[in-house]
Amino acid sequence: MKTALLMDIGSTYTKVRFFDLECLELVASTRAHTTVETDVTIGINKALSQLKEQGVDWEKATYRLACSSAAGGLKMVAIGLVPELTAEAAKRAALGAGAKVLKVFSYELSDREMAEIQSLEPDLILLAGGTDGGNKKVILHNAKVLAHSSLDVPIVAAGNKSVAHEVEEILAKANKDVRVTENVMPELDKLNIEPARETIRQVFLERIIEAKGLEKAQEYVENLMMPTPAAVLAAAQLMADGTDDEEGLGELMVVDVGGATTDVHSLAKGDPAKSGVNLRGLPEPYAKRTVEGDLGMRYSAQALLDVVGVKLLKEALKEMGFELSSDEIKEKVYRLSKDVEYLPQTEVDKALDTVIGWAAVKFAVKRHVGRVEVIYTPFGSSYLQYGKDLTPLKIVIGTGGVIVNHPEPGKILKGAIFDDNDPTLLAPQNPQFWIDKQYILSAVGLLAERDPSAALKIAKKYIKPL
Amino acid sequence: MEKKTLVLGVIGADVHAVGNKILEYALTEAGFKVVNIGVMASQEEFINAAIETNADAILVSSLYGHGELDCQGFPQKCKEAGLDDVLLYVGGNLVVGKQDFEEVKKRFLEMGFHRVYPPGTMPETAIADLKKDLGIED
Repeated sequence: MKTALLMDIGSTYTKVRFFDLECLELVASTRAHTTVETDVTIGINKALSQLKEQGVDWEKATYRLACSSAAGGLKMVAIGLVPELTAEAAKRAALGAGAKVLKVFSYELSDREMAEIQSLEPDLILLAGGTDGGNKKVILHNAKVLAHSSLDVPIVAAGNKSVAHEVEEILAKANKDVRVTENVMPELDKLNIEPARETIRQVFLERIIEAKGLEKAQEYVENLMMPTPAAVLAAAQLMADGTDDEEGLGELMVVDVGGATTDVHSLAKGDPAKSGVNLRGLPEPYAKRTVEGDLGMRYSAQALLDVVGVKLLKEALKEMGFELSSDEIKEKVYRLSKDVEYLPQTEVDKALDTVIGWAAVKFAVKRHVGRVEVIYTPFGSSYLQYGKDLTPLKIVIGTGGVIVNHPEPGKILKGAIFDDNDPTLLAPQNPQFWIDKQYILSAVGLLAERDPSAALKIAKKYIKPL
Repeated sequence: MEKKTLVLGVIGADVHAVGNKILEYALTEAGFKVVNIGVMASQEEFINAAIETNADAILVSSLYGHGELDCQGFPQKCKEAGLDDVLLYVGGNLVVGKQDFEEVKKRFLEMGFHRVYPPGTMPETAIADLKKDLGIED
């Protein structure tokens, strides 16, 4: 019998899913607290012994794979030349690889910036700058600054190919672990992030897992494949595109609301849906991921309150029939940000979680989607589109604790819908909401590495419209 | 010899795309690497493109009569962005109404552009000037 043991070592919980790949059944789900600070295998063992108690002989599984976002996930710093161009391209490559981008730097790094990079303690640095044959000076300067620093983390160089070799030499001579890959922006306004993503993943496998004390997990799984967000993105892509013999669902969006961040993935070209609209700015990747570190249910609840404002939450609560004063809301949000494992007990706390989730979705989608700008010219008005037009998108999939455990997840996901009061934002106008009820998206992304056809069938079976 | 890189675009809210395509074709044929940022390009887009591609020259077109306003401060911003050695060419229907071209040319030269072309200039003229200014031998 073909089976798969799929594990997600998260920042709070280690979640395990066990699938029968012949009947395409989810056989068992367990979870335990992640114990990466002490010994990651304690948590893993707990989750696995629960599987045993349910009668699952996981040791015989055909595939045993894991992804992880524990120990802060994959923390990266991206460096480019012009903020809107290669620096932005580098950021997108890092996000696509499932990283948490701590900060993006542009132009020639100053000593102060180098000190800041060091204090940010990234796991990996992505160094870009210049189109192929374009600017050489800045990336060479930045390579030298990195070479002279005491920073000892892998550096992925993905800039101007004309000086790639020199960049490599400068860094290698200073004993830095440097990997050269293709330019993230070989020509102006042409994005090429796949090779950088692949290299980042390679570094993750070779270096980061060990650096984070996760290598012991490999006693239980054949491989710790990738950061969890990369697995979710892979699952979303599989569901959208399908496989050679199984149709996908077409263009879609995945919204993942977590305790610390809200991730939005869109698998869509995002070309203008209306005629007469000119596309501007850097092209967007078909598989696009954005992460909002200031929008989350617990760790980032306080930051979320600062972003969205207490008034919005108050009004939304009132609509649900709960009249709270601003101070009461602030007090409650503060408590949520401290007590990160709190599960709402009272009706009013449940309503507050719904409202926070809705606001997280609303603002995260707002930042993910493109926008239209109207320019008044001597010949009448003209339209410029920046980013993706996702108005025609048909499917929005919700995942993350607050959504999968909610009795009415639609109330949270409706934050993703186009807002008539903000018509320049190109959010989905009339999408159908789908729910990852069994919380299997990252597992699907992992399984896609080995058996994409089974992974897709399982996704279609368990992830359903509301 | 390595190809010289040119950034080409139509500045401001101008949507005239045909001349832009013709120029791109002619300049490419003449042996330049052309980075065409297209119509409705802002000053910042020209500058960012020139920085990343290490451009040798920026060619600004304008056909709708608002070129003077759109180009104001552009050479200064280029200097500020470190593009000291980049040639700046501008051409087209740069101003509104019937004005003496010599006057117009003078104003744009004072602004900091290196070459200014009147309406109806053929691409060959600009190509010859580029070759001369960039020291390219035929």
